[in-house]
Amino acid sequence: MEILVCVKRVPDSSENEIEVNPSGTDIERDDLVYSVNEWDNYAVEEAIQIRDKVGGSVTVVSIGDEDAEEVIRREMAMGADNGIHLSDESFEGSDGRGFATILKAVVDQGNYDLILTGAQADDGAGQVGGMLAALLDYPYASLVNLIDVLDGKRIKVGREIAGGHQEMNEIDLPCVLSIQTGINEPRYVGIRGIRKVASIDIPIKGAGDLGVGTETIGAAAAKVKRQDYFVPELGEGAEMLEGSTDEIVEKLIELLKAKGGFK
Amino acid sequence: MPEQIFAYILHKNGNVDDTAAELIHAANAISPEASVVAVVAGSGDELQAVCDEMAKTYAEVWKIDSDALVYINAEVLRGLLVRVLPKNPVVLVPHEHFGMDLSPGLSVKLDAAYLPDVVAFEGLEGGLLKAVREEYSGMVSTHVTCDIREGAVITIRPGAFQPDESRDAGGQVLDKTDEAVDGGIPGGNRRYLEIVEAETGDVDITKSDVLVSVGRGIEDEDNLEIVFDLAKSMGADVSCSRPIVDAKWLEKARQVGTSGQTVKPKVYLACGISGSFQHMGGIKGAPFIVAINKNAKAPIFQVADVGVVADIVEFLPDLADAIGDTK
Ligand SMILES: Cc1cc2nc3c(=O)[nH]c(=O)nc-3n(C[C@H](O)[C@H](O)[C@H](O)COP(=O)(O)OP(=O)(O)OC[C@H]3O[C@@H](n4cnc5c(N)ncnc54)[C@H](O)[C@@H]3O)c2cc1C
Repeated sequence: MEILVCVKRVPDSSENEIEVNPSGTDIERDDLVYSVNEWDNYAVEEAIQIRDKVGGSVTVVSIGDEDAEEVIRREMAMGADNGIHLSDESFEGSDGRGFATILKAVVDQGNYDLILTGAQADDGAGQVGGMLAALLDYPYASLVNLIDVLDGKRIKVGREIAGGHQEMNEIDLPCVLSIQTGINEPRYVGIRGIRKVASIDIPIKGAGDLGVGTETIGAAAAKVKRQDYFVPELGEGAEMLEGSTDEIVEKLIELLKAKGGFK
Repeated sequence: MPEQIFAYILHKNGNVDDTAAELIHAANAISPEASVVAVVAGSGDELQAVCDEMAKTYAEVWKIDSDALVYINAEVLRGLLVRVLPKNPVVLVPHEHFGMDLSPGLSVKLDAAYLPDVVAFEGLEGGLLKAVREEYSGMVSTHVTCDIREGAVITIRPGAFQPDESRDAGGQVLDKTDEAVDGGIPGGNRRYLEIVEAETGDVDITKSDVLVSVGRGIEDEDNLEIVFDLAKSMGADVSCSRPIVDAKWLEKARQVGTSGQTVKPKVYLACGISGSFQHMGGIKGAPFIVAINKNAKAPIFQVADVGVVADIVEFLPDLADAIGDTK
């Protein structure tokens, strides 16, 4: 099975306090720890496990500036066979549709049976996988938390729905799936693993190499545009308990007792 | 200005989802003048009941009735909607698992803009709709503009808009089935098989009065012990956020949230949980929420009643000890 996994380099929100910069044009980028988007990492692990079971190859693709290479390399250290780095000034300012258009061109140049994305990334949009599928006219399933390869033509997938229930579907290949966290336990990547792939050449492709018309991507084509970042004032917020730990604990116990917080 | 805005209605076993009454207010917030059409798909008597119910809220209800929609597969529905919707439509869909399955592809098939997970609208000017979204699990918000002149598919965060409870619309139900199925049933390359029910665990957190809930801030599986100790001292049960289940540290039945359990405790102690909407969406009945988080700017402090800025690994044992001493 030939598998393509789309990955994104994002600020790691479990490692960072994300704050808005003083002018509200962006988040504060200094000193941010970046990593591969959590959902994408599960997708790469899943692809590797499928390849190890049924054969084939895993290709990781990422759109982004020179730094994106680091996450491609990391996922190759995990076990992906190939990496493709998509970088071009004309990609900047694309909306979800623009990014899906760029990725479609990569799919068209390959011979993939299965295309995986994360269910969502740092912007919480959850859009690229579904758009890519629609552009390709491939079937799509989102929030996938189980994949069973039935044969070379069909797979069985579980989708996560409400209440912890799972919706089972059979899908014809080729198809696009967006992967939900928890589908597997992504393997650990150590420094040694990264060193092993440090010298592998990762080709960089731009709009010209992909044959993507610049009128369909970038800020000019984007119908959705971010104007600013801000932190909303929501309601009153919590009453913050302050003082020494002893004082806070004492106050909290009082409150909990009053609210029926312990027996 | 769109003359019509379409609202996709979720329902299950004849019951209308809470989001159904919220979408009309979302539509009003885009354009108060637009008429709002509820689109309801399904099959048989159950569908008719839902349509009748929706006619109390929406002036116009479009019904799509087919045996192929007994269980609604987004791949099937998307193809049907493309046939019935007019040119350049503005379509609202709840941002939950089904909306996420349906909507990005629908926007492509309609050649319309896609605006996901909106929490507020701030006006429409010359075809540019201004909206508020959140990024980084709600740690920051953004204003975005969306060009809706060639239509838009917009997903709306559940709970972000007040429900419309007037129920006096006296609307009419129009049957759009013929248009929808003319050309056959699309989406045959993804076939629905069955629902596998969630496993039940040793505790039923949906029945607990007091929950000590633990999130990624616990950092290490071994640290879970202090959470169980605290819960024991309080006579509470332990629940958790999703990353704890993803890491297989606790069983799925303890997960609170839209893809986990819906809980209705009196007191909810959120420990090292950031407060994402998918997590908070599983907490109902307005409990007394205490948040303990080391980041003073964590979004959970916006929705909690009481907050403590502390490292839970240090604070929780102190709290458990002090509770022990009161006994
Ligand atoms: C379709 C979908 C469905 C989902 N369903 C659910 C669901 O049902 N339930 C759910 O919970 N999530 C769900 N999620 C995931 C959700 O979006 C969040 O990723 C998740 O809730 C985050 O969990 P968390 O708050 O524990 O972790 P994080 O967001 O990483 O937050 C950890 C918090 O701990 C704090 N912290 C770190 N260390 C410490 C310390 N030592 N002491 C004190 N505080 C500390 C940090 O400041 C941070 O605020 C879903 C996501 C998707 C896309």
